[in-house]
Amino acid sequence: MNSELPPEFIVKVDYDRCRRCRRCVMNCSFGCMTFKDRVVPEHRRCVACQRCVTYCPEYAITVSKNELAYKENENWSPEIRKNILKQAETGGMLLTGMGNPREYPILWDHLLIDACQVTNPSIDPLREPMELRTFLGRKPERLEFSMDEAGEIDLVTEIEPQVRLDVPVVFGAMSYGAVSLNVHRSLAMAASRSGTLMNTGEGGLHRELYPYSGNIIVQVASGRFGVHSEYLNTSAMVEIKIGQGAKPGIGGHLPGEKVGEDISKTRMIPVGTDALSPAPHHDIYSIEDLSQLIFAIKEATDYEKPVSVKISAVHNVAAIASGIVRAGADVVTIDGFRGGTGATPMVIRDNVGIPIELALAAVDERLREEGIRNNASILCAGGIRSSGDVAKAIALGADAAVIGTAALVALGCRICQKCYTGNCAWGIATQKPELVRRLNPQIGADRLTNLLAAWSLELKEILGSLGVNSIESLRGSRERLRGVGLDSQTLELLGVKPAGVGQ
Amino acid sequence: MRRNCYIPSGCSISGMMSESGKRLDGNAIIRSIALMHDRGNGLGGGFAAYGIYPWHSDQYAFHMMFDDMDAKERCEEHFKDRFEIVFDEEMPTRPGGVFEEETSGRHGDFGGQPIIDPPILWRYFMDVPEERMRFVSEREYVVEEVMEINSKVDGAFVASSGKNMGAFKGVGYPEDLGVFYKLGEYKAYIWTAHGRFPTNTPGWWGGAHPFCLLDWSIVHNGEISSYGINKRYLEPFGYRLELRTDTEVVAYLFDLLVRRHKMPIELAAKALASPFWKDIDRMPERERRIATAIRQVYGGALLNGPFSIILGHSRGMVGFNDRIKLRPMTCAKKDDMLYMASEESGIREIAPDLDLVWSPRAGTPVVGVLEEGVE
Repeated sequence: MNSELPPEFIVKVDYDRCRRCRRCVMNCSFGCMTFKDRVVPEHRRCVACQRCVTYCPEYAITVSKNELAYKENENWSPEIRKNILKQAETGGMLLTGMGNPREYPILWDHLLIDACQVTNPSIDPLREPMELRTFLGRKPERLEFSMDEAGEIDLVTEIEPQVRLDVPVVFGAMSYGAVSLNVHRSLAMAASRSGTLMNTGEGGLHRELYPYSGNIIVQVASGRFGVHSEYLNTSAMVEIKIGQGAKPGIGGHLPGEKVGEDISKTRMIPVGTDALSPAPHHDIYSIEDLSQLIFAIKEATDYEKPVSVKISAVHNVAAIASGIVRAGADVVTIDGFRGGTGATPMVIRDNVGIPIELALAAVDERLREEGIRNNASILCAGGIRSSGDVAKAIALGADAAVIGTAALVALGCRICQKCYTGNCAWGIATQKPELVRRLNPQIGADRLTNLLAAWSLELKEILGSLGVNSIESLRGSRERLRGVGLDSQTLELLGVKPAGVGQ
Repeated sequence: MRRNCYIPSGCSISGMMSESGKRLDGNAIIRSIALMHDRGNGLGGGFAAYGIYPWHSDQYAFHMMFDDMDAKERCEEHFKDRFEIVFDEEMPTRPGGVFEEETSGRHGDFGGQPIIDPPILWRYFMDVPEERMRFVSEREYVVEEVMEINSKVDGAFVASSGKNMGAFKGVGYPEDLGVFYKLGEYKAYIWTAHGRFPTNTPGWWGGAHPFCLLDWSIVHNGEISSYGINKRYLEPFGYRLELRTDTEVVAYLFDLLVRRHKMPIELAAKALASPFWKDIDRMPERERRIATAIRQVYGGALLNGPFSIILGHSRGMVGFNDRIKLRPMTCAKKDDMLYMASEESGIREIAPDLDLVWSPRAGTPVVGVLEEGVE
């Protein structure tokens, strides 16, 4: 359909430099570039994925915003006007991808980390051991020991299964279907090399990745795609997905054209059928139902794997998380409103949920108040962009952080937010073989491993400057954070003092 | 009295114990801590002594500090239904007391700061009424009461609350405080001492070391960089951390792990200053299992940052350092005596001829245990 909307971006080709190699034409998966004697861009189709810009050997292409002048109006931003025009043309919900891009406050950027001076020495991570090892899973409140006649002490308490992380960052849930198999391959290899976990998302696990079971969280979502006994047991941990930060309370829809042979087998649905994930699990209408599913999964996995429950950060998140822990979950994953997705209605992504910083602070505090913090680990997801964010999340109370978008960016994603089209030029959010091929899983795994290695170094540097040599001394230590430019209520909710106040 | 500010501090510490239970007067420990005069700045010092009240050994000895007589009355009103006071008296003191001897660490012209302006110091020997122990154990009850008084009774502070032991502390140099409190007249089988160098504002009397709860006493040189999480870890267990100093977490952590969780004291020290994973991974299976479980379960109790600590309790004394030994501690043995101090000279000053002197490895506790049968 022809739209009246002007193009969002302008693609400019420097014809003096262009040598008509047509590489841009081959690379553009959105059909923006055509060749008629010379390269002709169709501006309207450009999504600013920067594929052509990156691969042009002469750097002859630039993409810029189509800076149309709109009559100034704070209330009616160009964005809003364009959205109305689109809906007037189509009568449909606006679809989009990735996380909430709007100008809500990013609280990470209002938190600052402490450092040592004089009275407690900082520690040089290049000289001294610096420990990031983290265990996910339910811990008892206390340990019991026995002593035999010879005075030998032994441990009596049996600890429930724990999953070891060498770096407190795990990859977020992204389903095979939403992303390509090469993304899954890259994530699995990188998780295995870095001593952390990848998460299958709700689309099952391709058999080729079964050897990586020690580094995989397998997800059980409302569609139950690809869930079978062997799947549950081919994992380090099982996660029940209740909600997702980018679309709290919303289900999912993988269009039939993406369901080819491999996805069909992995998801256990016929080729070409739409994969619809209901909004709720239709066997979970209450917390007691959730508890039943948690224990059904524990039975199926012989109580050998921690079970996580993932929820999106909504208003009542603390009470919900407390219920989840009491229902038997060993890990709670909280996904903030900046969390990404392959496809979501824009109105949900941009207007529903709460910031992860506040949700995390509320959940950690609530579990401590109730004396059940040791009963479950907390994974913090949705909008983690750097090792600085990871350190702040851990100081607020997370056991580890979860990265989805950041991992995809490491693989080449430019956050153009067109994941739902299936045309991802970087071979990430697509099932088209010619596009999937663009992501080499070996190189992808290298890049992800590099990212985690870099963040580990940075985290160790942060710990050293804080004068501690183990991540558990930062975990929940909000005393080492200060807020800038935050109102007193936000500070109180975060449990953080304003900058300028000493201990 | 209570200042609303947090005080990190550098310090000197010293401890001595007779493992056979011989009771010695306080003059030696005063000399030891006086030698390390320059490690403090006169803004706080104190002593803990075990075995000093044999004639009241069944009662909880509360060493109290009051801002004024009103606070004392408020506190006694508070005690009324909660304890049976067997005996109480003003603490014997020598106002304006000054240590006048010379040691190689302190010369007459330097230091020597008369102890003035003390709060009202009073001690109470008290039993817990039978009916108060219907729902909680006696020790639990006393802990709750100490927390209650320190946080709720305005102007009153519990300096120590154990049986047959006591804390003697205040603002000043420790050796002068020792004279002020007439420690030469007490006899104890364990003495610990602390000289303080708070790094910002003047200390207050209650904020000096040792920190005591029940018969636990802590003297601590260093700063707990993990204070934030240690505090949050302790709070759900009912501990109220309101003394504005990081040292109290150490006392409460020992109380939680050893008294309430019944952990052997060596293991508790291992939880507070855990071995590194690289070392745990090389341990024999049983030890590795124990060390791993401790780190998994008690991560919130791990103390991080520079410290050397001497923990006193009625059956012994434990000294330990942080995981990479960022603060000094030397230990020594002579016959049945065990010594620990920030500096070897602090030991040599009072026991020049030693059987054994060593610097304990980082994170490795040195445990002195009172011989069996010694009361």
